[in-house]
Amino acid sequence: MSEINSRGYANADALVSTDWVAKHGNDDGVRIVESNEDPLLYPSGHIPGAVEIDWAADLNDPLRRDYLDRDGFASLMSSKGISNDTTVVLYGDRSNWWACYALWIFQLFGHTNAKIMDGGRMKWEAEGRELTREAPDVSAANYSAPERDDSKVRAFRDDVLAHIGGKMIDVRSPEEYSGERLHMPDYPNEGALRGGHIPGAANVPWASAANEDGTFKDASALRDIYEGNAGLSSDDDVIVYCRIGERSSHTWFVLTNLLGYSDVKNYDGSWTEWGNSVGVPIEK
Amino acid sequence: MDDIPSPLSEMLEELGSLDRVERAQYLLELSDDFEEVPDSIATRPFPENRRVPKCESEAFVWAQDQDDGTLKFHYAVENPLGISARAMGAILDETMSGQPLDRVANVPPDIVHTIFGRQLSMGKGEGLAAMVELTTFEARQRLRQR
Repeated sequence: MSEINSRGYANADALVSTDWVAKHGNDDGVRIVESNEDPLLYPSGHIPGAVEIDWAADLNDPLRRDYLDRDGFASLMSSKGISNDTTVVLYGDRSNWWACYALWIFQLFGHTNAKIMDGGRMKWEAEGRELTREAPDVSAANYSAPERDDSKVRAFRDDVLAHIGGKMIDVRSPEEYSGERLHMPDYPNEGALRGGHIPGAANVPWASAANEDGTFKDASALRDIYEGNAGLSSDDDVIVYCRIGERSSHTWFVLTNLLGYSDVKNYDGSWTEWGNSVGVPIEK
Repeated sequence: MDDIPSPLSEMLEELGSLDRVERAQYLLELSDDFEEVPDSIATRPFPENRRVPKCESEAFVWAQDQDDGTLKFHYAVENPLGISARAMGAILDETMSGQPLDRVANVPPDIVHTIFGRQLSMGKGEGLAAMVELTTFEARQRLRQR
């Protein structure tokens, strides 16, 4: 049994280790994808064979605040050498925030055969593993995407309004949750006019789920955090949010894949929408 | 952009013509060429009054007075992952050192978005903009002293 399988996760297949990537990263049918906050990290050195997907340039619509559409996703997958049956393994900086964000967006297009490399880029580097600046040799693949389906794992503002009183997790820092700050420590104000949190949301900062090396905590520790402390149970309908949906993607991944919750939605509008919306309720 | 140092103006124009991948490559080369502050100017531990506020890459800025009245700028970036900060330091040194102080003082911090593009995250953008601000502050301070 691998070390990841021993952690008691509901869906241990959603995670692979750095060892696994070192052995299988260039297998047929596997595509390693790096997704970072820092746009210079991938070109500065990446896992051999890995392609890059940028959260802003590749996954977001350039004009509207929304994600790419069916044609855009199909075109992106094709250009990265990903076909419908490719096993996609994502990793990145910031303890895999953006890797989880990308994986979550993959779900909107039904590409469920996607995994996270536990520990992300930080662990790979800490282990002294190979990084290269050589561009991978990628041939365009055939990819057929369905229409984007936002109904299962994505929440919009009106969904959140209707959900008040239900289970909600605010994954931001305690200072953002309390309204003391309008942004992450060391980050600028991103334009939210009001501080606080959505009424009834519990505060469980995303990092609660991560070990110091960026790997995920085991299932028992995660249950203590989300069920023992925050009062969730696996049959709850849960909405998670943060600032723009990147940190909450990390928590969405934990609840959905590691703890096996069946109805967790990520509110990607998050505080940058809620904190600016006219008339919505706010709690401090 | 007629009132900023002409080497910077030219670099901004060049960056504007690059696509995302070309821009990243260009910035990475600058980052690789980054020259840290020489020992003759500062040695570790670097003084806190030279630290760039809000910069997660732990950048530091120095200004060295030149005989011709201009400034030579020096930078240090302590975070080994501070690739963008090193590129920013290399750009500021290359385009602002030896330039007329009134032009250096005019450089707005939001050039970081022209340099790094829309992919730049808010957090990183603020740290890089603070490197620009600390650099231009040195020029403004010299101008006030004259």
